[in-house]
Amino acid sequence: MTRYTSVTEVDLREMLAEIGVESVDDLFEEIPAGLRLDRPLALDRGLAEQEVYEELRTLAAANTSTEDELSFLGAGMYDHYVPALVESIIERSEFLTPYTPYQPEISQGGLQAMFEYQTAISELTGLPVSNASVYEGPSAVAAAGYVAKLHNGRGRFVVSRGVHPHSREALATLAHGWGMRVDEAPLSVGATELPALDERVSTVIVQQPNFLGAVEDLEAIARAAHDAGALMICACDPLPLALLRSPGECGADLAVGEGQTLGNRLDFGGPSFGFFAATEELMRRVPGRIAGETRDLDGKRGFVLTLQTREQHIRRERATSNICTAQALNALAGVIYLSWLGRDGIVELAELMIQRTAYAQERLGAIDGVTLLHSRPVVREFGVALDAPVERVVERCREQRINPGYRLGIDYPELADGLLIAITEQRTRADIDRLADVLGAAVAVERRELAGVRE
Amino acid sequence: MSNWFTAAADDGLTIYERSKPGRRAFAAPAMDVPERPLDELLPAALRRAGPPRLPEVSEPEIVRHYNRLSKRNFDLDTGFYPLGSCTMKHNPKLHERVAALPGHAKLHPLQDPARAQGALELMWRLQEALGEIAGLPHVSLQPSAGSHGELAGVLLTRAFHEDRGEVRTKVLTPDTAHGTNPATVTMAGYEVVKVGTDAQGNVDLDDLRAKADDEVACLMLTNPSTLGLFETGIEEIAAIVHGVGATLYYDGANLNAIMGICRPGDMGFDIVHFNLHKSFTQPHGGGGPGAGPIAVSDRIEPYLPRPQVVRCDHAGNGRWTTPARPDGGEAGGRAGRAGEPNFDLDYDRPKSIGRLRGFQGNYGVFVRSYAYIRSLGAAGLREVSEVAVLNANYLLARLRREGVLEYLPAAYERLCMHEFVLSGAPMKRELKIKTLDLAKRLLDHGVHPPTVYFPLIVDEALLIEPTETETKETLDHFSEIVAEVLREARDDPAVALGAPYTTPVRRLDEAAAARRPVLRQRL
Repeated sequence: MTRYTSVTEVDLREMLAEIGVESVDDLFEEIPAGLRLDRPLALDRGLAEQEVYEELRTLAAANTSTEDELSFLGAGMYDHYVPALVESIIERSEFLTPYTPYQPEISQGGLQAMFEYQTAISELTGLPVSNASVYEGPSAVAAAGYVAKLHNGRGRFVVSRGVHPHSREALATLAHGWGMRVDEAPLSVGATELPALDERVSTVIVQQPNFLGAVEDLEAIARAAHDAGALMICACDPLPLALLRSPGECGADLAVGEGQTLGNRLDFGGPSFGFFAATEELMRRVPGRIAGETRDLDGKRGFVLTLQTREQHIRRERATSNICTAQALNALAGVIYLSWLGRDGIVELAELMIQRTAYAQERLGAIDGVTLLHSRPVVREFGVALDAPVERVVERCREQRINPGYRLGIDYPELADGLLIAITEQRTRADIDRLADVLGAAVAVERRELAGVRE
Repeated sequence: MSNWFTAAADDGLTIYERSKPGRRAFAAPAMDVPERPLDELLPAALRRAGPPRLPEVSEPEIVRHYNRLSKRNFDLDTGFYPLGSCTMKHNPKLHERVAALPGHAKLHPLQDPARAQGALELMWRLQEALGEIAGLPHVSLQPSAGSHGELAGVLLTRAFHEDRGEVRTKVLTPDTAHGTNPATVTMAGYEVVKVGTDAQGNVDLDDLRAKADDEVACLMLTNPSTLGLFETGIEEIAAIVHGVGATLYYDGANLNAIMGICRPGDMGFDIVHFNLHKSFTQPHGGGGPGAGPIAVSDRIEPYLPRPQVVRCDHAGNGRWTTPARPDGGEAGGRAGRAGEPNFDLDYDRPKSIGRLRGFQGNYGVFVRSYAYIRSLGAAGLREVSEVAVLNANYLLARLRREGVLEYLPAAYERLCMHEFVLSGAPMKRELKIKTLDLAKRLLDHGVHPPTVYFPLIVDEALLIEPTETETKETLDHFSEIVAEVLREARDDPAVALGAPYTTPVRRLDEAAAARRPVLRQRL
């Protein structure tokens, strides 16, 4: 017997007798004999809990986490502090172990939390309709593209090169199935430069702040999109939205993005959640679960999953999306985190980030051989170009247990020696000073070596 | 649910209604850099006019608020949850502990592979284990949930046909399919063609033959089906589908019935998705997170999403080679060079459909599912499926002994697999209560009702999946409760019609919610 099952010998006899068969094997007699596996699965034997823990601990120890080095990695997921109360609440069985709330009378906790979450996302994005979550950031961008396709049936997407490379690729993967074309709008000095738009364009997609950290002029982009009769989709990061004009206010029709920064762990990329917000006009095309307020038989306020005629379990092939299981627990972490920050706290956090990021730009920009990639406003992240081989510089930093950031050349060949540096509230002035010292020294050594080679 | 606390102390307020100007839970770290005027850093034209109207609450209030909310949820750790097609099995506590280890939880997804060897090794081992369970050698862990795996699978099918220069426009799905199947087909740019079900509950082979032609790209199938029955004609189905050059897709939602007993790959399936939040114990979280890895055959492998986790074995003399698989085939690895990490992310996949999402997938889910597979091993996984099927058949027999099947007959009189479908049509006719009413009355008895009104082809359907982690006593108790609700309805159907009575709220007006949507709090 495994430790998660509980059929004793006595149980087994009684149960088989009740069913009216001789053995467990008899229960599988409908499976054609030729298909039955005639050997055990080639897997290692089962282990005791202690042994499993030890194996998983050993695997964990073979990773370099943000606790093991001073990390300035961002590029889509960020090392923000996750307050203790978030983990304490989402680990409660009542939130951790139920299914999607199909029976609202016994799921009011989860449903109300979704409603509270939707309210917060609406407030941050400036759009009236939020769903209860989608998978994560890049697939949310693709899902938003699908809404645009359903909405106006046009055949082309115009996507800024400032949109996260993973989002652009996820969109391209899906767009192929829809027979749609994806055109790229280039970046000019850090910001999106829109091409002329015509009636073939379904939607323009930009990111705020963009992948290089720059704050885009969303209003101008939305105006251009709308002038061409296209939608405007804004992929955004929710924390900088504490300071920035909201996508909705700037004219975005859809605002989507990665929610990891709201109280979710890095977890090597997931699970986190994607958020998805829309105008009233697009409400009935939004994918996934949406919680809505209503009343019970006694007139008492309650919450249900609503507008379900959009969804796969009702509408099947005519659904606006195939999504079923999303990321409810991660979205719950998101709304708890936002409550923890609160109205003033979220601004204080964002101001701390923008000030420290400005300080980091100043320190790094002053280093010989380090140039800021652009001078546009930034909140938490910025790019630099190194006058030295970036891979070697990064390795030198890592010898000092510093991870100086993301090598932009991986996704942007034109920025081969570029580095993208994220400054969350967990990186102090002392940390930034240390980065500047170590990066500066590494660049200097590499430049000397280069000069030596040239001589 | 109906405890003294709920009634006495829960005021039902939202977090926004608890807000009071000046309260806070957050203290910002010190501003330790020279502060510059905000206007210099971010021009006013780009700035929000005022702070976002988030709640102003203290930490104790937040904790109490969400703890109170939690008490308005029914959960698997508290009671029986026989929700068909959802596999609500126990979620081992160990998994939360190991997933929270900083080496897993605080690992940045863009950490370079040389410094993420533990994570990549775990993912590689999980791929190998899932491939063995499915009988299909190549695995991508990337999709985020079952429906995402389905989308990957249909896009792989498209890539496979296009690579052969074929244009196909239709995908077949049985009329018993999960709603995600037809929805996926549309999202992947294909037309859905429905295939019927025969009198025994199997795919109607004549209908399938009539509809399978060279315009068909794929048949999506769940086996055991959503009726809880094994498709006995699966070999014939595979022959028909492959005969017209289409692929066969396996919806893995019901994999819990067959682990270690038979394998989709051996049945002829080309593509399988797993629901790690069903058979492999990732807690459902009230609607996610999950994960929907896919396993595929050799002919589909070139199109798998990017990047793939690969292993490069060190063969001595500074040479690295692709490892051989136990069955003699080649694994999905590539030859590496000395000094390269043993496990790596392979982006060099020219025929790949591309990414479906960011980074490497829901890694935290992989940690839990891997821990589960390590805990159980081959024998344990087989026992899981054996007991899941035993429990389902026992519960069906036990309900029959209670007389429940007189009003709720089994949709098909066959041995079931891990779940079974009853039809509440006679109950509705004779006792004047619908399946929905039975479900609502069960809430008052402290169990989660089974899935209702699915599959669509069964009138007043009740889909019951007990899972292997329930005891015989729990199944006995559930049978008695259902019988009691029916007895009660015989005396007075109004009781069930008005149920539930003991829950935090009573029946909710869903029509009004949809007619005048209120989707957020007015602030």
